[in-house]
Amino acid sequence: MNSTVSPSAAVMLKDVEVRFETTTLLFDCVIPAGQIVAVAGASGSGKSTLFNIIAGFEEPERGDVHILGEEMAGHLPAERPVSVIFQEHNLFAHLDAATNVGLGINPTMRLSAVHRAKVADALKRVGLAGFGGRLPPTLSGGERQRVALARALVRHRPLLLVDEPFAALDPGMRAEMRELLRDLHAEEGNTILMITHHPDDVKLLADSVLFLDQGRIIAHDPVERFVERRDVTAINRFLGRE
Amino acid sequence: MSGAAEKRMTIAAGVFSLGGILLFVGLAVIALLAQSGGGDAGALFDTYVWRVTRFTLLQASLSTILSVLFAIPVARALARQASFPGRIWLLRLMALPLGLPALVAALGLIQVWGRQGFLNTGIVALGFEEPISIYGLFGILLAHVFFNMPLAARLMLAGIERIPGEYWRTAANLGMPSAAVFRLIEWPAIRGLLPGIAGLIFMLCATSFTLVLTLGGGPAASTIEVAIYQALRFDFDPPRAIALSGLQIALTGALLLVLKFVAPPPQESETSGKAMRRFDGLRGRSRLADALWLILALIFVGLPFVAIAYSGLQADLARLVGDPAFHRALATSAVIALLSAAVSVGATAVMIRTQQVALMRRHAGAAARGLAGTISAGTSFILLVPPVVLGAGWFLLLRPFGDVARFAPAVVVAINALMALPFVHRVLAPAMATHAARADRLAASLGIVGFHRLRWIDWPPLRKPLLMAFSFAMALSLGDLGAVALFGSQDMTTLPWLLYSRMGSYRTADAAGLALMLGLICLVLTVLGTAGEDGAREGRNA
Repeated sequence: MNSTVSPSAAVMLKDVEVRFETTTLLFDCVIPAGQIVAVAGASGSGKSTLFNIIAGFEEPERGDVHILGEEMAGHLPAERPVSVIFQEHNLFAHLDAATNVGLGINPTMRLSAVHRAKVADALKRVGLAGFGGRLPPTLSGGERQRVALARALVRHRPLLLVDEPFAALDPGMRAEMRELLRDLHAEEGNTILMITHHPDDVKLLADSVLFLDQGRIIAHDPVERFVERRDVTAINRFLGRE
Repeated sequence: MSGAAEKRMTIAAGVFSLGGILLFVGLAVIALLAQSGGGDAGALFDTYVWRVTRFTLLQASLSTILSVLFAIPVARALARQASFPGRIWLLRLMALPLGLPALVAALGLIQVWGRQGFLNTGIVALGFEEPISIYGLFGILLAHVFFNMPLAARLMLAGIERIPGEYWRTAANLGMPSAAVFRLIEWPAIRGLLPGIAGLIFMLCATSFTLVLTLGGGPAASTIEVAIYQALRFDFDPPRAIALSGLQIALTGALLLVLKFVAPPPQESETSGKAMRRFDGLRGRSRLADALWLILALIFVGLPFVAIAYSGLQADLARLVGDPAFHRALATSAVIALLSAAVSVGATAVMIRTQQVALMRRHAGAAARGLAGTISAGTSFILLVPPVVLGAGWFLLLRPFGDVARFAPAVVVAINALMALPFVHRVLAPAMATHAARADRLAASLGIVGFHRLRWIDWPPLRKPLLMAFSFAMALSLGDLGAVALFGSQDMTTLPWLLYSRMGSYRTADAAGLALMLGLICLVLTVLGTAGEDGAREGRNA
């Protein structure tokens, strides 16, 4: 089966089935490498479960998960070429920003001088030069998310999963973060999957959209096509056209 | 009745309750202080008193350290192994010592670790000559760890469970090994709780009476509280009892101050209710280590319960139940427990309501604020004077009026009610605060007052916390030996006192049967009294 996997696919899910007490989710998709993909859909449509399956926080009952052509069954989260950024609590609140970033280089926090320089550089790239000694509770929500982004930078994983990273931010801050994410994507050339509830994020940032409804991927379109679609009620509702 | 009149009545009732409590405690303290007026106070602090004080502090320190050290790996294992068959039962077992009367626990521990116990029988069978003795420091530490390790582990577990779930996922995504997870995530969470947990345990062990009385061996292993009891009941040496009581009050006072300023009280479990998913500790060595710690905790905490049940069932329960002495003790205990629980819950509820009423207006006057503050201080004031010291004060106060045994029932009820008050307060205060926030304005705007308000607005939502507090207060009173030990006589025998006499006269089978029954009654009441907490736990595991 591996032979059918195109080497340019960042993620391929084949007949992936996840069972919960009341529902069963089914995922099937191929996500090409190098894109920014918006993952949208109503609450409970399975977006977070999709991420959990890719990141390895949950194992599916059935089906194959391939990342960059490699079968992922039995791979621990840390063994997958994936970085994750959540909506909040990305940083350990009692450890300073530099330590939080440093954990991306060495998860036991034994860092050399070279490593420390890399940490400082990553903080600079997200616009937080000199913030290394600050504790997360003293940072704003946007600054905390940027520290999390800096940690993803030092890890150099080809796939970045971001789960509503801007949900807790005000509109001005959202625009800034979108900018930053786009710049970093251009520099790194990685693949980004981003869960979002905002049509703006889709239109301004994404190359394509993965739309989920009731545990199925019901649309996977380039953004231009997606915003023109009128045939699906759930998509109309998401785009604010009822 | 108008709302204003009702407020005045509430405040009057609150002031009356508070005044009664302060008077009861204050008179005991004054009795102790006034009688120590003699000039030879210095001579009272003889070597015996210092030895007892030193031992009190030593055993409390060691008990605290051992309980905490044992609790850390147990809490960590429980947190990491978030789903294994029987986990919920292990958690329930860890909550059980809380409800077990100290005397019953002591008997269970003796049956496991004592001379004829499971353990020594095994050791002798293996060919060793020297059995370990449970009497003395070893037994006291054992008993204190039995009671406090589960308490510490549960508080730590609650602390670890308050860590956001994203932390575990981030740790898994970054590939932190379990030592780094402990150092960077778990330990910081536990460390923040340690002062509160250690302070609480130290306080409990420094004022422990029953366990030291039954397991301590003579003057070499005696705490201040037991020494007070011995000074009054055996040596009849009031000056010494007074000196010791002063020491005990100074000690608990200093501890309360330290706790207030250094250590925030540990929070009870307040988790999000979401299942905690852990990605570490699922494989290899950490899973094995966790399993070993959990089995060790299971055996250590569970075996005394098994021993109590086993030897209790060996006793001639039918004859015991038919024994008139048992009937009398059961009736006495039941009356005392019911009365003291009623007094405790009633007074606490009235005082909490008084506080609410006094602070209801946005700009409460100085008098109102003063009253509310005095009520808060009053509840901690009780902790300052441990039951045995309180009893000693009243013992000396009542002595001029004839045989103290005549006053025993009233004094024991009052002491038991006071003992339960801090716990009752902890159950009732949050429930009543929530209820007031929900109902006060609505009821006022609809003009619902008086009996109708109590019947239709207050009783339905507060019934459960009130009954829980009542049940818990009853369990505390039923299991108490301290107050009864000072005042008990032929005429007033409670179940714990009967059990203690049977143990003392080596009627082991009777003692085992009594312990089983007393333990069961108290456990049932405690389970009823903490049902809410347990529900939260079940919800999380569903």
